[in-house]
Amino acid sequence: MTTTVPPGVGSSVEQPAARPTGLSDRIRAERRLGWMLAGPAFAVMLLVTAYPIFQAVYDSLFSYRLTDPGNRSFVGLHNYWVVLTDALWWQAFGVTAFITIVTVAVELVLGFALALVMLKALKGLRPILRAAILLPYAIITVVSAFAWQFAFDLTSGFVNSWFAWLPGISADTDWFGQTGTSLLVICLAEIWKTTPFISLLLLAGLAQVPDVLQEAAQVDGATWWQRMRKVTIPNMKAAIMVALLFRTLDAFRVFDSVFIMTAGANGTETVSFLAYRQTIARLEIGLGSAVSVLLFLSVVLIAFGFIKGFKVDLSQARGEK
Amino acid sequence: MRQRRRRRLGTVAAAALVLCGLAGCGTDDTGPPTLTWYINPDSGGQASIAAACTAEAGGAYDIAVSTLPRESSEQRQQLVRRLAAGDSSIDIMSLDPPYIPEFAQAGFLAPVPPDIATEATQGVAQSAIDGATWNDQLVTIPFWANTQLLWYKKSIAQAAGLDMTQPVTWDQLVTAAQGQQTQVAAQGRRAESLVVWFNALIQSAGGAVITQTADKPEDIQLGLDTPQSQRAAEVMSGVANSGVVGPAFTTAGEDESVASFESGDAGFMVNWPFVWGRAKSGVEEGTLEQSVVDDYGWAVYPEVDAGTPSAPPYGGINLGVGASSLHPDLAYQAVQCITSDENQKAYFISDGNPAASLAVFEDPEVIAEFPMAPVIAQSLQQAKPRPQTAYYSEVSGSLQREYHPPTAVSPATGPDAAALIQAVLSGEELL
Repeated sequence: MTTTVPPGVGSSVEQPAARPTGLSDRIRAERRLGWMLAGPAFAVMLLVTAYPIFQAVYDSLFSYRLTDPGNRSFVGLHNYWVVLTDALWWQAFGVTAFITIVTVAVELVLGFALALVMLKALKGLRPILRAAILLPYAIITVVSAFAWQFAFDLTSGFVNSWFAWLPGISADTDWFGQTGTSLLVICLAEIWKTTPFISLLLLAGLAQVPDVLQEAAQVDGATWWQRMRKVTIPNMKAAIMVALLFRTLDAFRVFDSVFIMTAGANGTETVSFLAYRQTIARLEIGLGSAVSVLLFLSVVLIAFGFIKGFKVDLSQARGEK
Repeated sequence: MRQRRRRRLGTVAAAALVLCGLAGCGTDDTGPPTLTWYINPDSGGQASIAAACTAEAGGAYDIAVSTLPRESSEQRQQLVRRLAAGDSSIDIMSLDPPYIPEFAQAGFLAPVPPDIATEATQGVAQSAIDGATWNDQLVTIPFWANTQLLWYKKSIAQAAGLDMTQPVTWDQLVTAAQGQQTQVAAQGRRAESLVVWFNALIQSAGGAVITQTADKPEDIQLGLDTPQSQRAAEVMSGVANSGVVGPAFTTAGEDESVASFESGDAGFMVNWPFVWGRAKSGVEEGTLEQSVVDDYGWAVYPEVDAGTPSAPPYGGINLGVGASSLHPDLAYQAVQCITSDENQKAYFISDGNPAASLAVFEDPEVIAEFPMAPVIAQSLQQAKPRPQTAYYSEVSGSLQREYHPPTAVSPATGPDAAALIQAVLSGEELL
């Protein structure tokens, strides 16, 4: 008994049944006006986004060290070959994928629960609750990474003394000494920091589910879980996808927490950390650009996969069709 | 109304632009030129010297300080980015010695005038001169010279029966710590400090990370597949796996080491002399008991093999003048003022950073403040710099990757590190 909102419901404008084959003068004029209005923003976008991307693609074809510009030479796709045949890249890729999957999965569940709490909270309490839940997201990532590092640090941290009653934790537990525990803390910091973001997006999705559908299902005798599965979640598919997509892309670029907590030690290096090391620490602009381009391609692939996988037409979600 | 206000704003902006153009916007043409000195963070000593030298210049120039990040690798990154872009605001910079060859090779440093070079090397510790030189030419001016000492608790060394007036070996330290159930604090974190330790071990064993440097990265000869390198690895692994290091050894840097030494967990420690200044301020602030500091002892860095003098780590700061500086002559005049014996002494006393000039160590005021000054001077004479190469950050990064964690170092680590460095330098592998 999946009940979904048919396209167009809730929108006050009557949608045309079929797309017109030819464009009228009015539509053409509107489009022109649209371009004139959006054109400058589009040009700025190209300048600040597309230009660095093309520059990185161009640089990735050279063997180029910043402190030795005289010896710059064209090497074609050699840098990509070096990166893709290097075990370090695949290790970093694996670590990044692990952090992404774990954090996004936990955040989705937690974020959904928080969104439900925010939705159901009493009207007077709602603003305070939202502010409290959103607080971690307002903190700068580097600052939160430092906070988590200090908390788990062997000398300055309080975690070991607070949780010493748990098996496996003692005063001498060095969280950043092994891969597993380091990744655990990094994931915890990421989850704490960005769950509010995902819950806010899910809250917007939850608010969009029409009450009439919920009431109809309730009248039909559907339980809370059935309503959740058959009414609420299907109707907020687009919101879930947007939340997951944004967070996955964000999580795949994880850098600050790793940089602060382990500096890539104990096999905790992520792809963006690898790009940083080649470009900023080694000053090998060519090799670093190749890593960055591959990171960019991974992100594009993830976005493409999500949009295809969820089979959500975003224009439909916006009520354009 | 809104339109009028907007128009007025536009007029003000245009007028500001015109005025700015006439005045040269930001450059004060009337006063003396301002020289910017990029300093590493300290307790304010460099800013005081800048103020003193500005006063001494009598209006010839002003020195303004700008603080770089805390980590030396981050200081390098910021300077490289600016220098590569031809930033003319970098007149003087405080440089960590291992990065000097890279800066010199890239043409980031203005040449040192010969008369200043001659003067700057007189009476200066040899390790400081070595660290300031690239391709047999002095490219920077030594300002302060650092070296690591072996710090120990007198009570523990005495109980262990160690004669600290004679050089001790790493093996002796480990045995003593095991006997006294105390720790040996060293830097096992994956950072530059690990390379400092490894370099000191291999140099103390009579070897070197780089045996023959070259302009082309792939022609650099490495000494990591040698018996001396094996011996260094053996000592590193021996210390790390002896049970006398702290639980956070693989994440411990200099600050963590000194914290465990102060708290009493560690009875022995290798570290820079800043620990003395830190201990004294701890007493002043009431965070450390005077009796703890009274128990501090110091000696020259431990030996790898008994009878072979150790090669303590060399650090410190040298001053370079930016190649794109608009006033290189004035900048060198300012450098001469900054690095005068008087200022080196003042800096030693105010910030606890030892002078590069050996005469300063004989000053009674310095000895009163730093009773270990003669040991530091001796250590500086024995000290060896880290590998001198324009590709230092790659060499250091590769060593950090292979020698971390120190608990997993084995006889195969040396050849593995050599293979990694060669592959990284020839652009065939990521780092």
